[in-house]
Amino acid sequence: MTDWKPSADIKMLKKRAALLANIRAFFAARDVMEVDVPVLAAATVTDPNIESFAVIFPVDSPEKYYLMTSPEFYMKRLLAAGFESIYYLGKAFRAEENSSRHSAEFTMLEWYRPHWTLQQLMDEVSELVAEYISGEIRKTTYRQVFLEYLGIDPHAASVAELKTLAHEKLSPAFDSDDKRIWLDLLFSHLVEPQLQGLVFVEQFPAAQAALAQTFFDEHGNPVAARFELYINGVEVANGYQEELDANVLTERFLRNIELRKSQGKTLPPVDEKFLAAMSAGMPACAGVALGFDRLFMAISGEKNIASVIPFDH
Amino acid sequence: MASYSTSEFKGGLKVMLDGDPCSILDNENVKPGKGQAFSRTRLKNLKTGRVLEKTFKSNDTLESADVADRDMQYLYNDGEYWHFMEPDTFDQYQADKNAVGDAALWMKEEDICMVTLYNGAPLAVTPPNHVVMEVMETDPGLRGDTATGGTKPATLATGAVVRVPLFMNVGDLIKIDTRTGEYLGRSKE
Repeated sequence: MTDWKPSADIKMLKKRAALLANIRAFFAARDVMEVDVPVLAAATVTDPNIESFAVIFPVDSPEKYYLMTSPEFYMKRLLAAGFESIYYLGKAFRAEENSSRHSAEFTMLEWYRPHWTLQQLMDEVSELVAEYISGEIRKTTYRQVFLEYLGIDPHAASVAELKTLAHEKLSPAFDSDDKRIWLDLLFSHLVEPQLQGLVFVEQFPAAQAALAQTFFDEHGNPVAARFELYINGVEVANGYQEELDANVLTERFLRNIELRKSQGKTLPPVDEKFLAAMSAGMPACAGVALGFDRLFMAISGEKNIASVIPFDH
Repeated sequence: MASYSTSEFKGGLKVMLDGDPCSILDNENVKPGKGQAFSRTRLKNLKTGRVLEKTFKSNDTLESADVADRDMQYLYNDGEYWHFMEPDTFDQYQADKNAVGDAALWMKEEDICMVTLYNGAPLAVTPPNHVVMEVMETDPGLRGDTATGGTKPATLATGAVVRVPLFMNVGDLIKIDTRTGEYLGRSKE
């Protein structure tokens, strides 16, 4: 029989509706305006590890559109046009394998705070989350968690050292000379599961800055002004002190595209309208994207995303 | 030979890993938000029976293994090989000691077993979950003692030794779970 029924029960979906309403109330009380930017766009992100869905329209045309992997580019165009604090609460799409934690179509909460520091934004994220999840909030760094759980400095370690450690603790069935891959492997398999309770991790390696500013940490390592929030070992939010320099962003996009080319991945067009907005000038700001479904999973204690969304794919 | 990308990995898929045929048991996708995605995969080496865990980069590929499970009738053992026949085609296969392994303890002629073929040759044999076998050797039964719950060893025609209740006798038929080697009950077959 064709299974037509919802993947979540009505009790869960009532709680979900209440959480959506509460979040909107949280921002309304803080004078942050909701913006429902498009999910369909002519360009998309160039991130080496994020895949977009392409939409062909008209059906037999070579023209491609993309489903947004995050509302970031549109929201930054609004900020450059003079908007104050804004948030988006709606759908985003990433062409990844569905798993217990990820659905290709998911609900994202993203917001921007002009003239705020990353620390101020982390405090606001804490306040939002603290309404639903109690417990002490820990702040640490990427370097610190590597030292604590793996006994290695991720910035100073060579590729060979990381590879040796990975082979000691895991059974990688691949080889690579790319340091980022070994860091990602160790972090996702051995560090993330240790991040129990509410943990902010800051100062990711500069190579993982994405659209965040970079700086030198107290040991002289180039790091990103970026944080991630983990709740019980699951990544829930990702925030940046936003990089404002259009030239730096252009360089990063081109580097991403080179990397994608070398890995045989699709080459998305660079979002020129976004870069034009950044050249025109966006005010200094901090921004964060939070996986609404994952937050709801953490609040309700569910382990499978299918049981907190109306329908899984 | 076909190959499978990590996105196609799922339980039951037969793949080649380090030169050995393996069966994928389960697969978990691990993806840091901005980072490289991985597939954490548990596989069973079909030659050794060992279970191993491997981490692949997403979109890595493995060659498919030419492995198929077939129901076959066990015919006889010629001292070196165990002979099986596919009931539909009457095709016969001979399996050696490595392939048959412990299954030899639980196979009776004419029983239907699952034979795993690798490149057309038997790689492993799985007996039915439940078999009925005759007790060939055991201490004499204690008449009337059906309640005390004690057990004693009994040797079966295949040489397998099973713990049976004290009242069982030579010539009795017993039902056995081949996965655990446990006595399940008396059989009247």
